[in-house]
Amino acid sequence: MSLHNMRNYICTALLTVILGLFLYYAENNLNPYSVRILNLLAINAILAISLNLIYGFTGMFSLGHAGFMAIGAYVCTLLILTPDQKVAMWLLEDMPDFLLHLSLPFFPAVILGGLVAMLFSLIIAVPSLRLGGDYLGIATLGFAEIIRVVITNIPSITNGSLGIKGIPEYANLWWNYGWLLFTLYFIYALLKSNVGNIFKAIRDDEIAARTMGVNAFFYKVLSFCVGGFFAGVGGALTATLISTIDPKMFNFMLTFNILMIVVAGGLGSITGSILGSVVITIMLEWLRIVEDPFSIGDFEVAGIPGMRMVIFSLMLLLIIIFRRSGLLGMREFSWDAVFNFFNRRKQEEWRRS
Amino acid sequence: MSLEMFTQHLFNALALGALYGLIAIGYTMVYGILRLINFAHGDIFMLGAYLVFFTTIAFMPAWVAALLLGLTLLAFYSTFVGFGKKPPMWFWIPMAFSICMTGFYAFVAPMDFTPPWVLAAAFAIVVTSAIGITVDRVAYRPLRNAPRISALISAIGVSFFIESAAVVVFSGLPRPVRQPDILVQPIIFSLESITGNAESLVRVTPLAIIVPIISVVLILGLLWVIYRTKPGLAMRAISKDIETTRLMGVSVNKVIALTFGLGSALAAAAGIMWSLRYPQIFPYMGMMPGLKAFIAAVFGGIGSVQGAMIGGLMLGFMEIFIVAFFPELSGYRDAFAFILLIIILLWKPTGLMGEKLKEKI
Repeated sequence: MSLHNMRNYICTALLTVILGLFLYYAENNLNPYSVRILNLLAINAILAISLNLIYGFTGMFSLGHAGFMAIGAYVCTLLILTPDQKVAMWLLEDMPDFLLHLSLPFFPAVILGGLVAMLFSLIIAVPSLRLGGDYLGIATLGFAEIIRVVITNIPSITNGSLGIKGIPEYANLWWNYGWLLFTLYFIYALLKSNVGNIFKAIRDDEIAARTMGVNAFFYKVLSFCVGGFFAGVGGALTATLISTIDPKMFNFMLTFNILMIVVAGGLGSITGSILGSVVITIMLEWLRIVEDPFSIGDFEVAGIPGMRMVIFSLMLLLIIIFRRSGLLGMREFSWDAVFNFFNRRKQEEWRRS
Repeated sequence: MSLEMFTQHLFNALALGALYGLIAIGYTMVYGILRLINFAHGDIFMLGAYLVFFTTIAFMPAWVAALLLGLTLLAFYSTFVGFGKKPPMWFWIPMAFSICMTGFYAFVAPMDFTPPWVLAAAFAIVVTSAIGITVDRVAYRPLRNAPRISALISAIGVSFFIESAAVVVFSGLPRPVRQPDILVQPIIFSLESITGNAESLVRVTPLAIIVPIISVVLILGLLWVIYRTKPGLAMRAISKDIETTRLMGVSVNKVIALTFGLGSALAAAAGIMWSLRYPQIFPYMGMMPGLKAFIAAVFGGIGSVQGAMIGGLMLGFMEIFIVAFFPELSGYRDAFAFILLIIILLWKPTGLMGEKLKEKI
């Protein structure tokens, strides 16, 4: 390991420790509302990174994220609920016996949620990845809608449109940020490896990649499945964070929010996705002011319900029209860039003196 | 299933399919020219329904109407004429209408007078088509040379913008639409001569008959525009090759704007008829019909107007008749369209009447 790399590793480790200390501080000192925003931020970052892998790095325009999230959320929820809770909640139809007594701890349940979402994304990928561009988007959107409709219509397993309430709130700061770090590390390693190069080659020119002997279909399915896994994990964490789920929650709006984060952060940039989720999540909360009544001096301004989404969608439009590359574009945050920035400044000072 | 039930379903399917077809035409025209899925089209459909609602049932202040008309005039004028040029003849038709409406609202509307229903519908169609043109101007034209997916994301953004703005302006509560009596008083006719049973009666609302007829008339008009007029010729040329068409001296942007205008006008007409047939309107009402109509357009072969109509009818028949034959599947109604989409995309991605597109390398 060169000195150079050592420096970067140490910096990353330090940053992780600082994050840990901050989380410790936040858990004990901040109010529940802020903690909730921090949690949401981590989950949004996981979802955005997984969508960015599919769309930003492999170039497949997928609008099916809400569907994978729904699967992850429902699988995880069904596994962590106790039999008593299930009996009490399933009003429409009774639950089949084998599901009733199936129960797992939180961590395996999340992983299983992710794996089932991955399985579904495999099933979806094999037929629909033969399509390209916007057709793929519509097909995946169609699959997500089908998943939602099916969940609504099998009340014996999912409790139908009533949804599930009272899910134990396992997903605290440590779980969410732990998963975020794992996602970050996994996808970073994947993209650093040769597989990542192949993904980018497919994104930039699929035909050229195929000419070079790349099995484009296999790698596209791979990327889609990994993205699906993390979307499922994100869904499971969402369910255990907000403690209620119903099929209506997982509509197109959810995919839209994640797409917004990815586009705002920069397609093809992992750190961009994180930055995007920080900015967008905080801004979405901050924009709630617009909907509440507030006063300027002596004037009472009535809040406008729904205004938040108007501003939000307007922002997406402005970003896509005027700054298509998002906040970071395809660049990544790296320690080299930071140190070079400071060194350059130092050199300039030295030269001036 | 008895014959009378079958006939009843037949009329329902025909009306629903015709409506899907009308919306699908807007998608197919825009996709044929720009290769862009105009996500906002479903919301334009919703705006059409709301505009009629606000001119006939709820109170629309005269100044709002005047403002809308002013914006409409501006949109039409700046797009098709440009400032300081002599406008072509056909331009004056919607123009004269708009000016008349301004006068109407300025002088007659304050005297507590609701405009006749047909006039309100025409007003809504003109304003909606101007909104369609504005959407193209603001959100799609700056992205003509960008990657296609950027324009698609922009379209999704516009769609959400219109929906959430509609929630703010019209409120998110569903509103009941008053149906004119003459359109819903059922016509009863007997099938006795076929079944031999005096009790086999079919009750059909006039609406279910009028909707397909109006749709066919509108589509014939559109086909006339596309195949028998100069702008139509330009549209067909652009869908073949946009750059060469531009070199031939066609002002491409105006023709595209016209396409958006025509598509949006049809969507508004569909929205108005939809709100009469399923008498409830809400800001998100355009989402599902919009997606389904896009699927109908893909099914019929994207880029082909006739194909869009056939696809719409097929989808309408499928939704009504699958549920009619297998009532236990009624919960899955919204999924049929998507399953159809996936089948058609895998089996014949160009659709029934679409032209084969070669992948350019």
